[in-house]
Amino acid sequence: MPPDHATRPRVGLFATCLMNLFRPNVGFAAARLLEDAGCTVEVPMAQTCCGQPGYNSGDFEAARALARQVIETFEGFDYVVGPSGSCMATLRHDYPKLLADDPTWRPRAEALAARSHELLSFLTDVRGVRDVAAHYAGTVTYHDSCSSLRGLGVEAQPRLLLGTVSGLSLAEMDDREVCCGFGGSFCVKYPAISGRLAGDKTTAVAASGADTLLGGDLGCLLHLAGKLRRDDQPVKVFHAAEVLAGMADGPGIGGEA
Amino acid sequence: MQVDSPNFKAKADAALADPHLREALGKTRIMFVNKRAELAAALPEFERLRDEARDRKNHILAHLDHYLERFDEAVTRAGGQVHWCADAAEARQVILDICQRVGAKSITKGKSMVSEEIGLNDALEAEGYRVLETDLGEYIIQLAHEPPSHIIAPAAHKTREQVADLFHAAHGGERKTSVAELVTEARLVLRDEYFKADVGITGGNFLVAETGSTVIVTNEGNGDLTQILARVHIVTSGIERIVPTLEDVSLFLRILARSATGQETETYTTFSTGPRRPGDPDGPEEFHVVLVDNGRSGMLGGPFQDMLRCIRCGACMNHCPVYGAVGGHAYGWVYPGPMGAVLTPLFAGLDVTTDLPNACTLNGRCQSVCPVRIPLPELLRELRHQQHQRNLRPPAERRALAAWRFVAERPRLYQFTNRLAARAIKGLAGDTGRLHSLPFAEGWTAFRDLPAPEGRTFLELWQARHPGAR
Amino acid sequence: MADSRDTILARIRSGLGRGPLPASASAALDARPTHTRIAFDDDLVERFVARFCSRAGTVGRIASLSDVPAAVEAYREAHALPGRAAVARPLADLPWPAGLVRHEGPAGKDELLSVTACLAAIAETGSILLASGPDSPTTLNFVPDHHVVVLQANQLVPDFEAAWTRLRALPGGMPRTANIVSGPSRTGDVGLTLQLGAHGPRSVHVLLVGGDG
Repeated sequence: MPPDHATRPRVGLFATCLMNLFRPNVGFAAARLLEDAGCTVEVPMAQTCCGQPGYNSGDFEAARALARQVIETFEGFDYVVGPSGSCMATLRHDYPKLLADDPTWRPRAEALAARSHELLSFLTDVRGVRDVAAHYAGTVTYHDSCSSLRGLGVEAQPRLLLGTVSGLSLAEMDDREVCCGFGGSFCVKYPAISGRLAGDKTTAVAASGADTLLGGDLGCLLHLAGKLRRDDQPVKVFHAAEVLAGMADGPGIGGEA
Repeated sequence: MQVDSPNFKAKADAALADPHLREALGKTRIMFVNKRAELAAALPEFERLRDEARDRKNHILAHLDHYLERFDEAVTRAGGQVHWCADAAEARQVILDICQRVGAKSITKGKSMVSEEIGLNDALEAEGYRVLETDLGEYIIQLAHEPPSHIIAPAAHKTREQVADLFHAAHGGERKTSVAELVTEARLVLRDEYFKADVGITGGNFLVAETGSTVIVTNEGNGDLTQILARVHIVTSGIERIVPTLEDVSLFLRILARSATGQETETYTTFSTGPRRPGDPDGPEEFHVVLVDNGRSGMLGGPFQDMLRCIRCGACMNHCPVYGAVGGHAYGWVYPGPMGAVLTPLFAGLDVTTDLPNACTLNGRCQSVCPVRIPLPELLRELRHQQHQRNLRPPAERRALAAWRFVAERPRLYQFTNRLAARAIKGLAGDTGRLHSLPFAEGWTAFRDLPAPEGRTFLELWQARHPGAR
Repeated sequence: MADSRDTILARIRSGLGRGPLPASASAALDARPTHTRIAFDDDLVERFVARFCSRAGTVGRIASLSDVPAAVEAYREAHALPGRAAVARPLADLPWPAGLVRHEGPAGKDELLSVTACLAAIAETGSILLASGPDSPTTLNFVPDHHVVVLQANQLVPDFEAAWTRLRALPGGMPRTANIVSGPSRTGDVGLTLQLGAHGPRSVHVLLVGGDG
């Protein structure tokens, strides 16, 4: 159902924790893409974390508290959009489950879930964006985060948009559907296993022949960039939004390769 | 079998350092994952079959008492006997009693995960019985004195060269190294044993309430030789393996082989119904079904009931990145991988298995291939929830989680701490864009660099550019 | 044992939050469900042969039952097997050559060749269905290195469901053992590498009697 502001919907930009702390450029890229797609973008200053760390650590009470906070913060927007499949899957899928037994909050959680979107799929599926005006000189490979791929069914959308970036060619890697080993707090609770899986993934990245790794989730990208830098692999890392917004001219995640 | 799950981390680290294991696990993917994907894509009905299988299992579980009683009646009608066993100890005792009563000396075994679960071999050997595993994978790990590392490929962790060493040590003679020679050697060694055996023990993939049949689905034929050449056939199976009718066997056969080994069918599907009939020239004289509860009934009606749908195909572990990195032994008990990370805490206790539900990235690939659509990540998360509620997580983790919540519930504090962290980490990294090490973040920096923040948070930058932002 | 039976049933009912089901529920619960079958429009013979052979089974086509002995002899010679076979009773009256030593009993440890009939064959998966009985020792299906199965074209059924109908129609209902066999024995347990001839027959050869071709 198109909202009242169908011509120019008000989008609340969800500033994910990792983006806020590590990579503001991704937030500005997301804002530019949303504005180019005809949205009015606002960033509520009261926002913090979606609560997923608590949810995945079994602290459902903490997750509920933050879910209620996010719902209140973003309730007035036509859409909530974030540059992360992981956080947005939490809003879309987990909030209604977490608050299912709460007669007051359940409908509010469901209403928010229905308006919450991962950035790249929002651009294509909701706003009908079919191309971008950006240029990027390089061969990129795209890492599907598990929460985007299996959680939200985001697979074709980033590739559709990246295919319209001039100068960019896409080289898919093997085992695209395999987890990179980030897994939120998993990556510090089980660092050796996480490191092995990162190594498997960066090996696949290298084998693809790409000079740039893109993705839609900063968790995976920080993890993989860290592994690439540790191994001195000359692969640049950006969030796909940075490339699509034409804002990938600075150093990549983890610095220059 | 003893639970060794508290040592998950140490075992995982050892596994990661083992090049033979890495070689062996690499083959799991080629052997199982690719073939499953091809077959799933080639069968238009596959997704519908998975839905039906899930729904049918749910129906069965909701009427489990009825179908178990029907099964018991049908086995009895066919001349066999059902032994209801509330726990592992009772199941072991029932089998020991049968072996003693029939004067058994030698016992052959087809593959049965339930027999591993109840620690049957040790119990039989302690009473002086000669027990021989006849599934090639089980035979290999019996020689190696190891537990299985995979529910359908118990020796998946062993390379061909390691098998060659084991066989050479056990059988003597010339050391064979080709797969064909090794398989032939085991074939010849085991052949005598089937004919000598007094009791043959197999598992049961399905128990058919309609006919009282037990069904095994195999590829080697050892389970058949085990049961038709022994005087007594004992089937060990969990109570949840019941299916109402033969039509249900068709449903599950259509998803089992495709999910397990990436084949349209396994080589042998065998229905065993009672002992040999009058006039039958071969077959066992006695037929016993040892029905094992051992904690299963306690899962009904609770948050883990979905796990009872499991048909033990192994697809979840074949597709699990963590299993693929550390193998099955790290999980420390009978059932490894995602299904084991759910079952082991439920069977063995949350307190001795704290790592298992957490050693998972919640990437969801297991659920995406599970033929009966068990929401494995959700069940693992629910186990984490129960661990959290019972204070079973390490104090440092609890403190970190509490601190995170405290900050995240206070937007101004959140912004302040983030600004501080962005500047501090950026300052340490200088212009390199990354940190090689960082105090209190060794968990991260031991295996990868930490990409440096840009130095200002998004929220503060946005507010600077949009002064009206609230 | 009655105690544990009661214990388990009580636990199940307690978990499910109800008491025993009323007897009136039984008929509906025991009714045979109709699940999705795999749709195919291949010819049954063609599908069976293609699938059975894709799993390393072999198929020989003959015109009539009386051709079985000659086909078996040819198979025996091709595999350099000695002049001895376990031949199941339903096939005993065929015109076997005098030089072939035959017996009808169960297979012994050193049995190399068996020749048996079957109950049906399933086109869906390319599988043979064998039912144990006085004339059909199950050891013949598993002990010998070579298993020759005589299949008449009219014994082919499309799928598992049709095979169950054949099993249910047997005079005693389900036999002690029903085997669905899809090719020779195999294993992947050494180095996760596929190898034929693990414990059961190394070779399963179907003599398909009649049918077109």
